[in-house]
Amino acid sequence: MLRLPPFTYLAPRTLEQAVGQIGEAGPEGMLVAGGTDLYPNMKRRQFEPKVLVGLRGIRDLGRISGTPAQGLAIGACATLAQVASHPAVAEGYRALALAAGAVSTPPLRNMGTLGGNLCLDTRCNYYNQTYHWRKSIGFCMKKDGDICLVAPGSPRCWALSSTDAAPAAIALGARVRLVGAGGERVVSAADLYRDDGMRYLSKAPDEILVDVILPPADGWRSTYWKLRRRGSFDFPILGVAVALRSGPGGVIEDARIVLGAVASRPVVATRAAGLVMGQRLTADLIGRVAQAASEPAKPLDNADLTIGYRKRMARVYVERALRELAGLPYDGAPGGAR
Amino acid sequence: MTAGGGPRFIGRPWARVDGPGKTTGEARYADDLVLPRMLYGKLLRSHLPHARIVRLDTSRARALPGVHAVITGRDLPVRFGIMPTSQDEEALCLEKVRYVGDPIAAVAALDEETAERACEAIEVEYEPLAPVMSIEEAVAETSVRVQEHGDGPVPNVHKNVSLEFGDVAQGFAQADHIREDVFFFQGNTHLPMEQHSAVAQYDAAGRLTLWTSSQTPHYVHRALAKVLGLPMSRIRVIATPVGGGFGGKSDPFSHELCAAKLAVATGRPVKITLTREEVFYAHRGRHPVLMWLRTGVRRDGRITACHIKTFLDGGAYGSYGIATTYYTGALQTVTYKIPAYKFEGTRLWTNKPPCGPKRGHGTPQPRFAIEAQMDKLAEDLGLDPVAIRLANATEPFTRTVNHLRITSNGLRECIERVAEASGFRAKHRRLPFGRGVGLAVSTYLSGAGLPIYWNDMPHSEVQIRVDRGGGVLVSCGAIDIGQGSDSVLAGIVAEVLGLAPSEIGLVTADTDLTPIDLGSYSSRVTFMAGNAALEAARKMRELLVAAASAHLEVEPDGLVVGDHRIHAAAQPERGVTFPEAAALAEARFGTLVTVGSYRPPRLAGPYKGSGVGPSPAYSFSAAVVEVAVDPATGEVRPQRVWIAHDIGRAINETLVIGQIEGSVYMALGEALMEEQVFRKGLHKIPSMLEYKSPTFLEMPPVETILVVTDDPEGPFGAKEAGQGPLLPVIPAVANAVYDAVGVRIDEVPITPDKVLAALDQAARGGVGRVGPRRVPPFRFRDPIKVEPPAGWSVPWRRGLPVAGGAPGLPDDLPTGTAPSDARPRDREAPEEP
Amino acid sequence: MKVALTLRINGEARDVIAPVHKTLLEVLREDLGLTGTKHGCELGECGTCTVLVDGTPVLSCLTLPVEVQDREITTIEGLARGGELHPLQVAFTELGAAQCGYCTPGMLLAAKALLDRNPAPAREDVSAWLAGNLCRCTGYLKILEAVELAAARARGDAPQPTGDGGPPAARVPQRSGGAS
Ligand SMILES: Cc1cc2nc3c(=O)[nH]c(=O)nc-3n(C[C@H](O)[C@H](O)[C@H](O)COP(=O)(O)OP(=O)(O)OC[C@H]3O[C@@H](n4cnc5c(N)ncnc54)[C@H](O)[C@@H]3O)c2cc1C
Ligand code: SF4
Ligand code: FES
Ligand code: FES
Repeated sequence: MLRLPPFTYLAPRTLEQAVGQIGEAGPEGMLVAGGTDLYPNMKRRQFEPKVLVGLRGIRDLGRISGTPAQGLAIGACATLAQVASHPAVAEGYRALALAAGAVSTPPLRNMGTLGGNLCLDTRCNYYNQTYHWRKSIGFCMKKDGDICLVAPGSPRCWALSSTDAAPAAIALGARVRLVGAGGERVVSAADLYRDDGMRYLSKAPDEILVDVILPPADGWRSTYWKLRRRGSFDFPILGVAVALRSGPGGVIEDARIVLGAVASRPVVATRAAGLVMGQRLTADLIGRVAQAASEPAKPLDNADLTIGYRKRMARVYVERALRELAGLPYDGAPGGAR
Repeated sequence: MTAGGGPRFIGRPWARVDGPGKTTGEARYADDLVLPRMLYGKLLRSHLPHARIVRLDTSRARALPGVHAVITGRDLPVRFGIMPTSQDEEALCLEKVRYVGDPIAAVAALDEETAERACEAIEVEYEPLAPVMSIEEAVAETSVRVQEHGDGPVPNVHKNVSLEFGDVAQGFAQADHIREDVFFFQGNTHLPMEQHSAVAQYDAAGRLTLWTSSQTPHYVHRALAKVLGLPMSRIRVIATPVGGGFGGKSDPFSHELCAAKLAVATGRPVKITLTREEVFYAHRGRHPVLMWLRTGVRRDGRITACHIKTFLDGGAYGSYGIATTYYTGALQTVTYKIPAYKFEGTRLWTNKPPCGPKRGHGTPQPRFAIEAQMDKLAEDLGLDPVAIRLANATEPFTRTVNHLRITSNGLRECIERVAEASGFRAKHRRLPFGRGVGLAVSTYLSGAGLPIYWNDMPHSEVQIRVDRGGGVLVSCGAIDIGQGSDSVLAGIVAEVLGLAPSEIGLVTADTDLTPIDLGSYSSRVTFMAGNAALEAARKMRELLVAAASAHLEVEPDGLVVGDHRIHAAAQPERGVTFPEAAALAEARFGTLVTVGSYRPPRLAGPYKGSGVGPSPAYSFSAAVVEVAVDPATGEVRPQRVWIAHDIGRAINETLVIGQIEGSVYMALGEALMEEQVFRKGLHKIPSMLEYKSPTFLEMPPVETILVVTDDPEGPFGAKEAGQGPLLPVIPAVANAVYDAVGVRIDEVPITPDKVLAALDQAARGGVGRVGPRRVPPFRFRDPIKVEPPAGWSVPWRRGLPVAGGAPGLPDDLPTGTAPSDARPRDREAPEEP
Repeated sequence: MKVALTLRINGEARDVIAPVHKTLLEVLREDLGLTGTKHGCELGECGTCTVLVDGTPVLSCLTLPVEVQDREITTIEGLARGGELHPLQVAFTELGAAQCGYCTPGMLLAAKALLDRNPAPAREDVSAWLAGNLCRCTGYLKILEAVELAAARARGDAPQPTGDGGPPAARVPQRSGGAS
């Protein structure tokens, strides 16, 4: 039986308490929400915090409030199951509902939270292994070692951002509210991430992600496509979130295309999105946009299937996502559906 | 005496007898056991693929509080292994480690966490050796030796075999068309949901008891005696319900031996449960096999000769590997009349966890090759896949060129019915691009004809005791691994005695309490333990009927064993209840105990190596898979599977269909995603998340057709169902992919990147194929030449044209079959018990 | 750090003193003797350890007892009521939906949660809901049938089982078939 290393568990009832406790714990402390990312990592000894501050007991963090017309605030501890099935999310923020519903498995979605998903540790198949395995291959710099085993000459870690929700949140223009000892700040979801497999979040370790703020949904339509081997369990080896706002006559007024699981952070395909601005979506245009969107995808050999394959699928998936939103026929299915 | 109104259970669907325990949490698996004062054991495993152990210092571990014992290879120096000829395993490595995960020390401590800390405190100094990680490396490497023993001609060859049956050169000379193809079947693993676990207890009187999740408690019993140096009579092995085996729990394992040794050392019970990662290291799964296959056919599709070369990546130890090697060559002739056949096979040592038997043991790999090649041959000849298989299908009650005796044989019916049910002919080459159907056939053993170690004793024994209250207790060494052996035993006895299966008491798989059964491997239990149970039950029925006859004053022949009663056939009211009959019989005969046993007939052919392949009966299957292939992503989605299986006769239809559906599931996993792959000397993905095992969402609907052939030697005519149905599904997927998008993936698993690569190739005007190009140069032994069985040359069946039949065939070509001495039984209802 | 906890399990209050880092899976099996809850990976990757918390399936291998202190926990031992088996247990036995039986406790609890929410799920709903529970034996089809049979019986749409485990009087309408 794989077991957790010992720790002290604190169960604050309020955000203030939590901020105090995590601040006090210092580098020995970690936040935990659903634990579905952290506990497996702890069992494999990627983390051995001495203090865990559990966020689940903080009532306010589980709320979803607002409407698509005014904008929505989703508490960080809302479970993925709640997010996926919430009528307001489904109505105004379909990409997020699809992404949340495509995470892992039904029981894990009952446990895992949106906040935890956004803060999900980056992944690499040299890293998400037991202590024994990592010792066997020779530790890497993300934990216990000093080189990168995927790109041995590299000074940095290339572990993959593997959250399903982040690309969707970024495409939807979400912002996140962070509360720490230094007070509160709100940053765009895109700015939460850094292009570094080790320090992948821009937030301080003792800052708590409190909620995800979604702007009014008016005129936006969105979708999320996920590549994985099985219809369940598997992390994305590619996620594509697309959000479009179209004006009269179907002219695209605003567009965001975000790729997940192709780099250490979600990749915003700005140039590709620019191609559709002021245009009507035709099959031909979509083909060009998809090509452009897939260019920044630079997979490495640290996830399922081959590099070439994952790279190539970026184009196919962007194309399919855009065709879906354009009302053109497409193969495959959005979200986690098979 | 006659049975009242035909079988009540046999041949019909009914509830498993172990269902209540398994659905309530009551069933106690090995890891559920807790004994007073029990300690927890852990194994320290090598983190290098190949290294000499220079120094092993356990003193720091021993000094930790809570640690009760630490053992190393010196404490268990005797080598063991499942096959008598490959006793190459050490419970704990003495001088050398041969794969990442090879155990080197074991600890018993108060709790698992302490045991683990103690393992970390053991100091090991290694001298690393170059690892050998692939078939190609093993063939080419001349300086590094993985194992000390082997067959040559190069150091890393475990086994080198070559057999030639009939005149192969002449066979190829008579062919109108010859194909050579190369295939690769990647290794994969069983992934049982239950991790291996064993609990050992050494009592004050000096008796050792081991509870273990094992498919083969008898072989574990033998290994324990050998390695621990205790007489078998002082050891008791109890197999707990097995939470999934599929062949992966058929070897004696290091953790079993270490738990036992630690229990002896500490005088306290010790439990060792493997982690999931360790289960990947314990392995014994499907061998990766590289295959070269050359087949000659006449214009009408009939095979004239076949020559196969197989290269097995065996991993670091022998396990069942010698048998596996022979199995890659043994059963091709059982589905197809092959008049001349040559088999060359070699098993190679590599620094990976040992491969062994997985569902279909050594036969899915060549089956994949031959079935894919049959489709290619059919296409070359302008035949359809059904026709070429019917043209070559073997017949009932014949012998193959390699001397295998076929009894009942429903292959032809399987092919016809599955083609019919799936609409194969209407769909094949007619579905839109991206959709396709594939067909394949197969055969499998109903139990190996020979035991693992040479002996003359029965393979299965059953004892039945009936008490004066009418209670029936069946004892048998068989272990239920989910295949339903408990239900088979109970069902057969219940049927014969007029009771319900749920009323039969069972004691199983306990070497103290139950007579032998060799184990739940090679699909042998229904056939062999079933026959033993049938014999014991019939004897018991005779006693009961004799007593009832005296009491009722009706001749035994005039009595009927009906529903919980024995009564006069003519006057149903004139009878006794089952408990009354039991009391009468006990009064008359004393303790009511009967026994039955089963030993297969002597079937081995007249040549060395003929021990692998013979079986008292073969099952046959044919499957059609329909797939959708997304040409932009290369993803293959099975849409529906039709499978026809010659079961002989089902003891329990529910169980048989369950085995077939489970086999289809496992086959789809192997065909499309499961693979045991290595990187830098390590298992790349030893986790349930990254080793891809299909979920609910990957499982297509399955239509099962049971073909009834009433085998003359099977209990109630039954044959196996647990492994055979896996075999045709994998090549059927490959053939369906070809039908869907016109590319050949001659390599398993058929992953989306391979499909896409082949499609790209085709788009550029290439052949559209992914797969190995060649086999490495290798010197096989000079073949043992074997004459076909007596009576071999019988004329072609004249006047029976097959599609595209070639005119003017000579009369005296061998057909690939000889009559066998087994005779069909009456093809009526199952034989009256 | 050890904690004293009162857990509500299968309708009973159970007191335990255990290190806080022991998972619910470990506490159930090792401290409370409820070994019906099985495990296959302890990393959230198989679903074998599924239990219900307030009627919702969660993985006991990734749950801390402190996190579920005042919630109602249901394990496989609590599925039968007063000796009477749950219709799912009956149907699983009858149709052979439990082969080796190792995935069965988790599967049954997840299925119960589904039927409690949706008494007449379509086959796709059952597949989607149970997609977090792996089974290596059955190929899932018998499980789907058994869930459907239990649901149909609970609705009164299918005959009750025969007493002796013999052939069910009528089968569920569809004999086999998975998600397509
Ligand atoms: C088998 C398996 C499959 C999975 N598949 C997927 C998948 O397909 N897609 C996917 O995206 N994820 C997947 N996951 C990961 C995980 O289940 C989800 O990402 C989940 O949403 C994580 O949420 P959590 O609440 O459980 O996070 P936790 O494990 O509690 O936390 C994760 C990290 O975030 C931090 N954190 C949590 N909440 C906050 C907060 N409010 N403020 C600041 N920091 C916080 C924690 O300190 C920790 O570092 C899978 C996990 C498993 C075990
Ligand atoms: S990308 Fe390199 S450094 Fe980062 S986890 Fe993987 S191997 Fe380690
Ligand atoms: S034990 Fe595998 S998910 Fe919990
Ligand atoms: S019944 Fe064996 S794993 Fe499901």
